[in-house]
Amino acid sequence: MPGDKVDSLPSGKIGVPRAAPPGLARRVGMFLLQSRETSIALAAILLIIYFGSTAAAFLSPGNIANLAEYAAMTAIIAAGEVMVIICGEVDLSAGNVYALSPFVMYFAHQAGVPFVLSILLGLIAAAFVGLINGFITVVLEVPSFITTLGTLYLINGFTLTISNGYPVQPNGTPFIINFFGGTPISQISWAIGITLLFQFVLTKTRWGLYTIATGGNLLGAAEVGIKVGKIKIGNFIICSVLGGLAGILDTFRISSIDPLAGGTDIMFMAIASSVIGGTLLTGGSGTVIGAFLGAAVLGILKNGFTLVGVSAFTFDMILGAAILLTMIINVRLSRLRAAGGKR
Amino acid sequence: MSDEVLRTEHISKSFGRVTALRDASIRLNKGEVLGLLGDNGAGKSTLMKILTGFHKPDGGKIYFLGNEIELKSVSHARSLGIEPVYQDLALVNELSVYRNMFLQREIMVGGPLQILNDGAMREIAREHLNEMGVNIPSVDVEIAKLSGGQRQAIAVARSVYANAKVLLLDEPTAAMGIRESAMILDVIRSLKEKAEVSVIIVAHNYAHVFDVCDRVNLLQNGKITFDRPTKETSIEELMNLVLHEMREARQQIHK
Repeated sequence: MPGDKVDSLPSGKIGVPRAAPPGLARRVGMFLLQSRETSIALAAILLIIYFGSTAAAFLSPGNIANLAEYAAMTAIIAAGEVMVIICGEVDLSAGNVYALSPFVMYFAHQAGVPFVLSILLGLIAAAFVGLINGFITVVLEVPSFITTLGTLYLINGFTLTISNGYPVQPNGTPFIINFFGGTPISQISWAIGITLLFQFVLTKTRWGLYTIATGGNLLGAAEVGIKVGKIKIGNFIICSVLGGLAGILDTFRISSIDPLAGGTDIMFMAIASSVIGGTLLTGGSGTVIGAFLGAAVLGILKNGFTLVGVSAFTFDMILGAAILLTMIINVRLSRLRAAGGKR
Repeated sequence: MSDEVLRTEHISKSFGRVTALRDASIRLNKGEVLGLLGDNGAGKSTLMKILTGFHKPDGGKIYFLGNEIELKSVSHARSLGIEPVYQDLALVNELSVYRNMFLQREIMVGGPLQILNDGAMREIAREHLNEMGVNIPSVDVEIAKLSGGQRQAIAVARSVYANAKVLLLDEPTAAMGIRESAMILDVIRSLKEKAEVSVIIVAHNYAHVFDVCDRVNLLQNGKITFDRPTKETSIEELMNLVLHEMREARQQIHK
């Protein structure tokens, strides 16, 4: 503490002190306690140790690839959900855009559009869905839960109609297939890249700052001049495009475009990943890296239980209990964090 | 008057059959702190909302820096330098002090990349708050962890930093403890010392108004009935005026 500086101020006005540099151990400790990602990272490590020691196949290269692929798709959608949830909304339709975008891509390509451009068209279709979600929520003032519940069914029906309910096979050169999710490395690279990109957007750009402000204090954000409607619509578009992108990446992994792919299952997994990772459903606070770790934890649980030989019936019970337990610990830890930050 | 910043002449405003303001004429000089007193329903909020550009007056004129103006919107008023500090303060609980200070006025680095320059914002926020005598643990703490008085002080500091010429404070010490109120009053006093910003304070607490204001105006039934430097009047005199009005009104009803 620079004492001379304090002395020069009139009494009673201590002002804002410069933080004294704490010791390294204390700094690391504070960082771990302060960072929202700590608890979920810890859970992931514990689960890896547990399944690694109980199921021999868990740490085999094949299984890790399997696990990565599963978690990657969820993590990509979760990055979008985090943005939407932080600004105070939710997107239930992202799992259905996951099925829609690959079909738009497929039909565009069938109609003679160059391959990379057809992928872009698939993503544009996803962006359009996000725009509709945002418009109905912001301009027509329908709560996003209802808006996206509506578009969820609408898109599902639309995808089933244009596909006649049959899966098709995607085409593409080996290079494009491998780049767009054809290999586990490609899938996980996309997921990590998108996670880091949006963590950066959230913490280091105006867009992220305004997203937090919009979710944290809607009226106040508007009073200081932030265009809160634009922020919300933009984040709906981001979430939808990421849903579509995940769907397209998955298409190349399994070499099939399925009208029933994704859906509510992956959407709920993505929202669960966000929340488990430390994003508040009430808005104003969240982390994309946390959501990535959340997706990893859910993937590890599902994969690990399957390897240990837990039956599908009991699996959901255990998964549900695990989600609840993780959340209870998470809430406790944030209480501790809040208390630790107060001086 | 050359040092006049803001003046209203015969402002009136009705909402349907309810007349909120009949004849509100106020004058605010440069570097002055003006206290606007009045009982509930006297029209204080309406007058403030007209000055922030939220309501348009039915009649009367507003002069800003000597020119007659029409306030088109809140953002228009703000662009002129008339900054309201709302009761909800427009602060984001989840963001740090310095990020709130610079909300909508961020300092960026990285050219076209447009990355938030946290280092610069942190440093300037710390200097600015120190200068204004705002006492908080660190500019890095989230607003949620600060007291009501500290939040209010930060909201005021933010408006001052935004080059406010006129600061409109709506009940700045409402629902605050003694220490909290003292902190806000300190901040207002430090503004007065610099004399760059003029302030209008709407308050219920007569003691606080007398503590920091140079001049008091009393608003009764939508009309300014009293305008005098704080030194030349007393709390008792003003209270008597309000009570007298109340008794008169009661007699009117009995007649």
